[in-house]
Amino acid sequence: MTEKIALDWRLRGQRYRLEGEECPHCGYAIFPPRDICPECHQPAKEPFQLSGRGEVYSYSELRHAPTGFEEYAPYTVALIKLEEGPMVTAQLTDIVPERVEIGMPVEMVTRRLRAQGDEGTLVYGYKFRPRLALA
Amino acid sequence: MRDVAIIGIGQIPVGEHWDTSIRHLALGAAMNALQDANVAQVDAMYVGNMLSGHISGQEHLGAVVADFLGMAGVEALKVEAACASGAAALRVGLMAVASGMSDIVMVVGVEKMTDTSGQDTTAALAMAADAEYEISQGVSFVALNALLMRRYMHEYGWAREDFANFAVNAHANAVHNPHAMFPKAITAAAYNRAAIIADPVGLLDASPVCDGAAAVILAPLDVARSLSPAPVRVRASAIATDPIAMHDRPDPLALHAARLSSQRAYAAADIQAGDVDFFELHDAFTIMSALSLEAAGFAERGQGVRLALDGEIARDGRIPITTLGGLKARGHPVGATGIYQVVEAVLQLRGLAGAAQIPNARLGMTQNIGGSGATIITHILEAL
Repeated sequence: MTEKIALDWRLRGQRYRLEGEECPHCGYAIFPPRDICPECHQPAKEPFQLSGRGEVYSYSELRHAPTGFEEYAPYTVALIKLEEGPMVTAQLTDIVPERVEIGMPVEMVTRRLRAQGDEGTLVYGYKFRPRLALA
Repeated sequence: MRDVAIIGIGQIPVGEHWDTSIRHLALGAAMNALQDANVAQVDAMYVGNMLSGHISGQEHLGAVVADFLGMAGVEALKVEAACASGAAALRVGLMAVASGMSDIVMVVGVEKMTDTSGQDTTAALAMAADAEYEISQGVSFVALNALLMRRYMHEYGWAREDFANFAVNAHANAVHNPHAMFPKAITAAAYNRAAIIADPVGLLDASPVCDGAAAVILAPLDVARSLSPAPVRVRASAIATDPIAMHDRPDPLALHAARLSSQRAYAAADIQAGDVDFFELHDAFTIMSALSLEAAGFAERGQGVRLALDGEIARDGRIPITTLGGLKARGHPVGATGIYQVVEAVLQLRGLAGAAQIPNARLGMTQNIGGSGATIITHILEAL
């Protein structure tokens, strides 16, 4: 997989901090940023940081990984329904695979997504772990 | 707009064609279609393909196919819409003929998938999803379908075993298709025993990586009868889109673009779902069969699996699907699949499907899905 340094850098706000947008017209929480509210279709550029708390909507343990992720297989990917509304696709981490279930509360952590060979940059981003303290 | 008919079909066997490059795959299908239509020249050709750039290092496929067919000079373009590229190319061809801009048009769907390693092909297929927010997380296409299947089982209470008959039915039908990659029957027990690739998706839930090409020739309906002894009329062509990332769809199990695309096609053809004699749906994974049957109006939400369990998807059932093997057993050479579906529908409507023939088939529907459902294209064909 070719290194795409500018691409990874450009997405730092989303990957490290779950930076999205909030619609000033209808209050809809938007992630990732798309500048147009998917709910009311008005311009929506107000920055908004999501809490990173959510729950598992679905999950799967993946045994055959695509190029670039082979060394991590098997790993568990999930759809996470965030508290504020948006859903994201992400890996689960710090889990006992047998204990993962739909509805499980999770929280975002920053982890390494990918190493690009011995010499390449490390790509970091969000993963989700079982929520430590249920506030 | 002019009505359009299919006056010729061509296909090559789906499989691992180690000795054949992508251009020669396309040529094989194109030559067969030209011969079937008994025409030597076309006004334009549209090539449906997803992965030629990534896997064969070859873009600009319209010019390549036109050149090697000895037709350099003709209008030719590649059309891409992920796994729905074949049907997308057909739609472009239909627009060309319906508008009057071209008379005789060839549409070729082709995919060469076996020239890269399994991981590389897996990564290439994932490009149909959202590069920045899905692929970057390490999901594969199998995993996206696994996420859908697990949620579906959770919401509606089905077990993995309940999906077996989608695969069993596809393989039973493929036995009668000389162009199928897996023309052999499987049992539900084999389905249950199959290795898990991405839980709960097992090997026999998934369509195979393979090479293939299929082609059709289009003409205005009013001249089709003079050109072909058995033209098939295109009653409807409808395309719809949904958010590119599965996680951005309010209800990922709704397959909203399939619902829209089907409804637009029914309206254009002035029919209802119940009028369709058979349905070549996009069974890339068993869960997609269930969701497609629901979205197209053949089952209530959560009840698509029931049609398989009750045998209603078989040749003599209420809504026969994957009548010549589907993606599961004929094979799923992605950009070619949409055209294979149409070629098979034409065989059914001509009454030439052999032991797989649906008795008195008059109206057939095909549906080609791009990605996890972001582009869905429906065609309705009618025997004349």
